[in-house]
Amino acid sequence: MLFYLEANMESNQFILIAIIVTSLATFISRFMGALTSERVSVKSKIFLWFNCVAYSTLAALLGRMIIFPAGVLAESELIVRLIVIFTCVILFIMTKKNLVIPTIISAILLSVLTNF
Amino acid sequence: MINSTVFFKGLNSLKGSKSPAIPLAACFIALGALLRDAGFNLQQSAASSLFTYALPGQLVMAESLLLGASIINIFIAVWLVNFRLYPMTVSLFPLLVHKSQPKWKYYLSCHFLAVSSWLIAKDSYKKIEKKNRIDFWIGVGVGTWTTAILMTVVGYLSAEYLNKDMVIGLAIVNPVYFFCMMIGAMKNLSISVAVILGTILGPVIYTISTEWSLLFSGLIAGSIAFLFRGKYGK
Repeated sequence: MLFYLEANMESNQFILIAIIVTSLATFISRFMGALTSERVSVKSKIFLWFNCVAYSTLAALLGRMIIFPAGVLAESELIVRLIVIFTCVILFIMTKKNLVIPTIISAILLSVLTNF
Repeated sequence: MINSTVFFKGLNSLKGSKSPAIPLAACFIALGALLRDAGFNLQQSAASSLFTYALPGQLVMAESLLLGASIINIFIAVWLVNFRLYPMTVSLFPLLVHKSQPKWKYYLSCHFLAVSSWLIAKDSYKKIEKKNRIDFWIGVGVGTWTTAILMTVVGYLSAEYLNKDMVIGLAIVNPVYFFCMMIGAMKNLSISVAVILGTILGPVIYTISTEWSLLFSGLIAGSIAFLFRGKYGK
């Protein structure tokens, strides 16, 4: 019992440290961004470059999330995820850029296709 | 100190047809359930969303913990996956800067920077007077951040009622939302190239290096897209 409690406390501490470390690692990028922004003018070329890199990095993250997902999404089939994405993008364009409809449909469609 | 009309305008972006509330709710409910599986208690799960508030980084943390990774490894993995926040901040904050606004607003509100809030701000900053843009941003940020924390708690508490199919269904909502928002943002050639090339390079480079893929694909695709500016785009 004592051993279990000790082990539990240790894992609790480890989780706390992990939360702090994760938050720090995340905040560094945000804060450095805020500092750099003070020296970047909207009209400069470097701003345009950062803008392109920001969109590309986000797109890269998205591409990775769909093709090589982390977490539970990895348990669905790739082809199913692709079908869902394409259907929802078409819905998004058809509904004149409504985002509520495609997002709700995506969850339903994925569940239905996974169990098909 | 903060212009409340503009602040509430920002907060109100949680409503309407472009609302990020549903995708945010879906992915943070899924995260709450995942953190419970990873051995977190309720307070720790809420604290994670409160202080980190960046889903990919939180996923990396949870998975690293489950795999028994060291603290240093967690730091590096999270830093690499969340480094995207740096170019995102630099491509947004200069648009919000105004001499009359105090610096602390920028230093504190950079914590609200996440994909959903960034996409909203990029989509609607032009509608707000330059002087008040930071207050609009704080409104958007407070709204999205609070939603994320509350939904992590909801996800944690409802974990036992969610079956696997439901969690997978929730997890797809976020990428679908982001994808649609990105397609909506493709208003000139350089951004379109950035988005399309990034989507392709992301998974391709991932097969070479899992940790560095985001950084490299973002830099390469972004720099190529930058060359397409000017005559064809802004």
